[in-house]
Formats: sequence, C-alpha cells, structure tokens
Amino acid sequence: SGLGMFSTIICGFLSPLVVKRLPEHVQVDDPAVVKRLAKKLERQQIPLRSDYGYKVSLFSHLHQYSRKAPLTQLLSIPSTVIHPSIVRLGLQYSQGIVAGSNARSVALLHAFKQVIRDYTTPPNEELSRDLVNKLKPYISFLNQCRPLSASMGNAIKYIKKEISNIPSQCKEEEAKTKLLKCIDRYIEEKIVLAAKAISKYAIEKISDGDVILVYGCSSLVNHILCEAFEKSRKFRVIVVDSRPRLEGREALRRLVQRGISCTYVLISALSYILPEVSKVFLGAHALLANGYVMSRVGTSQIALVARTFNVPVLVCCETYKFCERVQTDSFVSNELDDPDDLMVTRKGKTQLENWQDVSSLGLLNLVYDVTPPDFVDLVITDLGMIPCTSVPVVLRVKNLDQ
Amino acid sequence: MPGADKETDLTERIEAFLADLKRGGSGTGPLRGSGEMARETTYLLRRITAQARWSSAGDLMEIIRNEGRRMTAAQPSETTVGNMVRRVLKIIREEYARSRGSSEETEQQESLHKLLTAGELSEENFRQHFVHLKANVIEAINELLTELDGTTDNIAMQALEHIHSNEVIMTVGRSRTVEAFLKDAARKRKFHVIVAECAPFCQGHEMATGLSKVGIETTVIADAAIFAVMSRVNKVIIGTQTVLANGGLRAVNGTHSVALAARHHSTPLIICAPMFKLSPQVFTTIFYPFPGSFSYCLPVLREILSKVNVHCPVFDYVPPELITLFISNIGGNAPSYIYRLMSELYHPEDHKL
Repeated sequence: SGLGMFSTIICGFLSPLVVKRLPEHVQVDDPAVVKRLAKKLERQQIPLRSDYGYKVSLFSHLHQYSRKAPLTQLLSIPSTVIHPSIVRLGLQYSQGIVAGSNARSVALLHAFKQVIRDYTTPPNEELSRDLVNKLKPYISFLNQCRPLSASMGNAIKYIKKEISNIPSQCKEEEAKTKLLKCIDRYIEEKIVLAAKAISKYAIEKISDGDVILVYGCSSLVNHILCEAFEKSRKFRVIVVDSRPRLEGREALRRLVQRGISCTYVLISALSYILPEVSKVFLGAHALLANGYVMSRVGTSQIALVARTFNVPVLVCCETYKFCERVQTDSFVSNELDDPDDLMVTRKGKTQLENWQDVSSLGLLNLVYDVTPPDFVDLVITDLGMIPCTSVPVVLRVKNLDQ
Repeated sequence: MPGADKETDLTERIEAFLADLKRGGSGTGPLRGSGEMARETTYLLRRITAQARWSSAGDLMEIIRNEGRRMTAAQPSETTVGNMVRRVLKIIREEYARSRGSSEETEQQESLHKLLTAGELSEENFRQHFVHLKANVIEAINELLTELDGTTDNIAMQALEHIHSNEVIMTVGRSRTVEAFLKDAARKRKFHVIVAECAPFCQGHEMATGLSKVGIETTVIADAAIFAVMSRVNKVIIGTQTVLANGGLRAVNGTHSVALAARHHSTPLIICAPMFKLSPQVFTTIFYPFPGSFSYCLPVLREILSKVNVHCPVFDYVPPELITLFISNIGGNAPSYIYRLMSELYHPEDHKL
C-alpha cells in the first residue's frame, strides 16, 4: 500500500509535463517561423506588419514597429474579416491610447463582449467551436498591433475555455448571456475585487509619516495610495518617471487631484532621493514562475538601488497576471517600442534626427524588464502577502481550482 | 603709466573671467568643458604672475589665493578652477624651495618633528626675494599648460590596453575624454558601445552621434534600461566632473545607479579622468540644481506644477568601493591610490584656499 501511494505521487508530478512553445512574436530571427506566421495571417486575411528601422543585434529576434505605420492602414475599412470594435481596439493599442496591463485586459474583454453580442451561429455549426475559431484571427490581429501582455493571454485562455465548455444543446441566446455574464464576473473578480483586497493588505503596510516611492503609472498602486489617503493615512509620495514614455506624469496628476502631496523626479535622480524614502511600491506587468517580476523597464533599477539603501520593496500584483513562463534576463522575451520615441529636441536641436541615415547608430526603446526575486521583499496579491518565490505554488493552486 | 595700465587690464581680465564663471557651469556657459576651464584658469594665473605687483613668493601666493577664493565662490560646482589654483601654489612653493637651494626631500618628508614644529616654519618662509623666481614660476606654469594640452591624448593613447575586440562597452552621458578614448580604440579594434542618454539634458545623444560618425556600432538607450542591458555589457567606461580625495566621484546624475548595476553584474567600472579633475575635497551633500532645468522635467502639466515638488539634481556621488580603475594622463590607478597622487599635486596647506 505504501508503494501504491508512492506511484500516485509520481503520476501527479509527471502529468503537467507540457512544454510551452515560445510565442511567434519572439522568433523573428527564424525565417521558417516568420514564413509560417505570414501564411497563417494570409489565411486569416490579416495584413503582416513590417519591422521598422535598424534593430540592435541583441534583439534581432524581436519585432520593432513604428507608431506612424499602424496596421489599420493596410486593412480595407470596413473590414469583412475583423469586427470593428476589434479594429478600434487594435488601433488604440498600437498608438498607445490604451496602455497598462489592467486597462488593456479590460478593454479586450469589453471588445470581446461586443463581438459575442453581435455573433450569430452559422447553420450547421456549433457555437462552442465556431466562436473560438472566429476569435483566432482577432487575436492574431491584436498581436500584430501590439504583442499581447500576460494578463491578456490569461484572459483569452479563460474565455476560450468558457466558450468551449458551453454544452451543445444550449440555445444561442442563452449561451451568449451566459458568456457575457462570465466575462463580467471575470472582470469583477480578478480585477476590481482583487484591487480592493490588495488595497486592504497594502494599507496595513502604510504607516503615518511614510515616504512612499512609486514608479511610472500603475493603476493598482495609484488605487492603493488613493484608498490609503481616504483612510486618513498621513504619507507623501515620490513619483519617479523615465523617458521616453513619461507615464509618471499621469500618476502624478491622479495623485495630486486627490490631494496627496507629491514630489516628482526622473529616474536618474534615484540615488539622490532614496535616502528620504521609507517604502517602495511597484506595480507588475506579470509575475513569472521562477519568481522574477516582469514590469516596466526601470523597475529592476529601482529595486536594485532601493536594496542598496535598505528600503523595502513591495510589488503589488493581481493573481490573474501570474504567468507560467520563466525568464532570467530582459533580452529573450521583451517588446521593442518605436525607436523614434527616443528622439528629443533640446535647445532647438534634435541630435538624433537622421539616425536612420547613420548605419552604425541604433536606438533601443525597451518596454519591459525583469527584476530578480532577491530585490523584492514582498508581493501583495489578492490571495495574501507572499514572497516572490511562491508564485509557482499559487499557479498550481489556481490550476487545481480550474 | 604702463604699470597702472597693466593693472587695470589685469583686473578687467579677472572680472571678465569671474563673470563667465558665474554665468554657467561646465558645458553650458561660454567656457565649455572642464578642460577649457582649467586652461583658462591657468592662463589667467600666468597673467597674474606676470603682471601683478609682488616682491616675494609670499605676496604672490597671497594674491593668487585671494583670486582663487573669488573664483571658486563665483562657481562652486566647478572644481577645476580651485584645482588649478592649488597646482600653481604648489609650483610657487617648489620654485621658491629650489631657489633657496634647500633640498626638496627635507621639505616634503612628513615626520613627527615636522608636524610638531610646523607652525613657525611656514611663517618665516616665502619672504625672501629672488630675482629669477618670476621667470621660473612662469616657465613652470607653461609646463603645466603643456601638460593640460596633452591630457586627452595621453588618456586616449591607453585605450588599446583596455579594450579588446567584440566588447560591449557602456557609457553614460557625454564626456569628451571618453569619446576620444573610444575613438582611439576604434581605429584598431571593432567593438560595440551602448550610450545611456542621461535625461533630462540627453547629452548621450550627442555622444552617440559623435561615436557613430567614426563607424563605431552605437546604441542609444533610455536611462531606465541601464540595469536591463547591463548583463550583456563587458565594461562600463565613464567620465566624471570631479575626482574626490577619497577616490570617490562627483559625476553626472545617474552614475550611482550605473555603478550599482555594474557591481551587481561584476562588470568593471573604469573612469577616464585627467589629473586636473582631482580635487582635495571630500563628499559634501550639496548638489547644485541647475537653474532652468525644471522646465525639462515637467513639460506639460502646468496646472499641477504649483502643488508638486520637483527635484533635478545635477551631480551624483559614487563611493570608491564601486570603482575599479581610474585612467588618467599619468596612467592607470586604483581608487585606493588617489590620496597619494593628491599629495604629489597639492600641498596640504593649500587644501583650504
């Protein structure tokens, strides 16, 4: 009987042995993969977006697009293949109008709700299979506009699962209402209520007289700070910002509107401002299975310098952003933004104006970086406060739940 | 009278120099770059030596010390001015000692006896009049000027000893010394340079265009990406504004983060700094916010500007533990050796002007 127990444990370990393939947008240097992707897009009648500008050799495996050439220019409007709300969403993504992982996921889910409302099952087709097939070209289109974030990937997986679980005898109207309710519940549970739970935990960590450092614009961290301010905690905030996105200005605006006293610095002034800081709150784009935090570029630098000055670093992240991928550096899987953003005009001169003409000059505009777990002291999630290394445990628990 | 003319001319030159200093720090005022600042200061000091009225070395040192105090007060962040004044004072002391005929060794050796009897000795020195002192001092200052002219070339000559092929080198902002260093190495070796742009002034852009024009593979990154790309960097080579007495640096904003990232990845941090940047000061917590710099920080949000504090420090302090090597015009040195170099360049009594 002891041996029998032993064998069941081994079987339990061996079953989830599916190796995930690297997504196609991270294999640009492999011509076979590029050809396969082009063929797939052709089949789905979606235009292929071409790379722009000289790519730094270290990142030749990633795409680099220009904001001035959105994918919609190559589409015929109105498009017969892609739902108009998806086209609008893709354009909003590629121009940076909708940015931030929560915002992108919520916008995606709302667009999918519209798609489902407008959907009619063709004759001799089952809703559960046909709708999933309908969604595939939309996802490819959005991927071409801007690579999907981890939160969006998890949301899409959830929707696909819900759709395929619709029983075949279910009537179309009923199925559609059920799906719409599922999506609403997902948004409510995973994003809105999670934010409330995380705020509750995080507010315990904010004491009176604190000086809190935040980086860029994280909707979750802004929410926490506003909630803490409502609950009459006395603290002040230092907003750190970085070129070229300068998202900190948005966070600064939101916090100042609530009446929180703020200071604004650029990331190069970090060593100057850190001696005043008592805590660092960071948002995350995704939490990887090996404990690394994937977030806006610059987060790892803040965590490093904060660790040197012995300032605690707290990362706030909802569980729906947890990802089964593992990564140890910021090169293998990243996103390259429009390189023209780095150009700037100072004293009437734009130094890098004709960077395209100079063959040995490249501009690199990274979007994400990964922070090693030893720089992070605590991760606050809706399931509680956990160390960085407990991410695979949470993933396993979530998988078992589903 | 010719004497009075010379004096008014001299005073005019000094006032003009002080006005230039007050108008701007390095890189922005009419005196661009610390090299030029050092040269202008030395020219002025030579002129003072030639044209001012003095009879003994003590008088000359008093005059130079006074002018030096005024110059450092005009622009406290520009330390090369004070450094040159101290060099000239040391030159005067040496020439005086040589004229007196006393061997230099007894002057320089620090012994317990000297420490205890130091007070009286320095008072009675420097009062004797020597005929050739003026000529000697001016000649020595000319030697100093030749040394200043050749600093960038001397540093650039050492480039091939430190850069091998296919290296990835990171640099921050703009430094003329580092630019010359890398361009010299690029004549014989192929390597890749990553330049951090150094917001808000983005001098890194100028550096990148300069390097790419001579065919060096250059990449410009934002400051936020420094840690992200550091794992692929083989060496970090940067310039600095001042080298402090303990071997630390006062360098452009953001250098401390670069140094920490380099230490985390065990990447060597090499500083290219000519000797005239070596200053007998130690770290003070005074950072000099540059006037007009705040406008770069908050371009758009005028309505909330009044409710927000904005900080824009210009310099960073980097402790000597994070630095691997100093490359100067006299060769390479470890940060722990800087105090010794300082005692060769400046006399301890001149540390406070």
